[in-house]
Amino acid sequence: MAIALYMAHNLKIRGTEVLATGNPSVLNLLKVSDPEKHYLPQMMVLEKCIEELVEKKRGCDLCVVFAHNDAAIQYAGTARYLLPDGRLVVIVFGKTPKLLAETITFPCEQIVEKAVHNPMQLKNKINGVFGWAASRT
Amino acid sequence: MGCIENLKYEMILPLGASFRECREYVEKNFAEVWYVNPGYRLFDEYIIGLPPIALGIDGAKIVFPYTKPCHGTYLLGIEDADEVERVRRTARIKK
Repeated sequence: MAIALYMAHNLKIRGTEVLATGNPSVLNLLKVSDPEKHYLPQMMVLEKCIEELVEKKRGCDLCVVFAHNDAAIQYAGTARYLLPDGRLVVIVFGKTPKLLAETITFPCEQIVEKAVHNPMQLKNKINGVFGWAASRT
Repeated sequence: MGCIENLKYEMILPLGASFRECREYVEKNFAEVWYVNPGYRLFDEYIIGLPPIALGIDGAKIVFPYTKPCHGTYLLGIEDADEVERVRRTARIKK
């Protein structure tokens, strides 16, 4: 959750319009964490977003997927298929991220880090992939 | 689950099987297998997963992977002769 807000913040200050999607529980966590919608002004239930991508009502240049299980990898693969020309970054985290990352068989950039509680290593890797200067915060 | 939850379904493989295991089960256990891409519409839902997505047909029953975020993939079977015919018309037989 912290990393999602960190990503949104860094994309936003660089002029990117950010849309967060997820299941209702994830969106509720984000809403609780960002009650004034400072970091994430736009949210959408994942199924609705998939529907709009399939029907070509929506597109994007960058898609970032947070993956901690097989289902998320399947959604990332779906995003790859529906957004063939966009940049796709899959952030694989959790207790066994390397095993999960090995199941990725489609073209994408991967950020793989065993992150359960401490987000700092993951944050540093994200900074590296996106070219963001290291922050002291 | 979403709208599919309201249909009469049979759970072929329970939650815990990976998407790949669901595909392999379909390919191994069904004589009639069709393939679709992610975003294929089945029972008014968009099917999620790495392509090619395998669908099995047994009589009037379609067997398909149903992936939900944060949960995982269920392999479900639903009887619907009309949907079976639509799959035969719109899916492909090879990977």
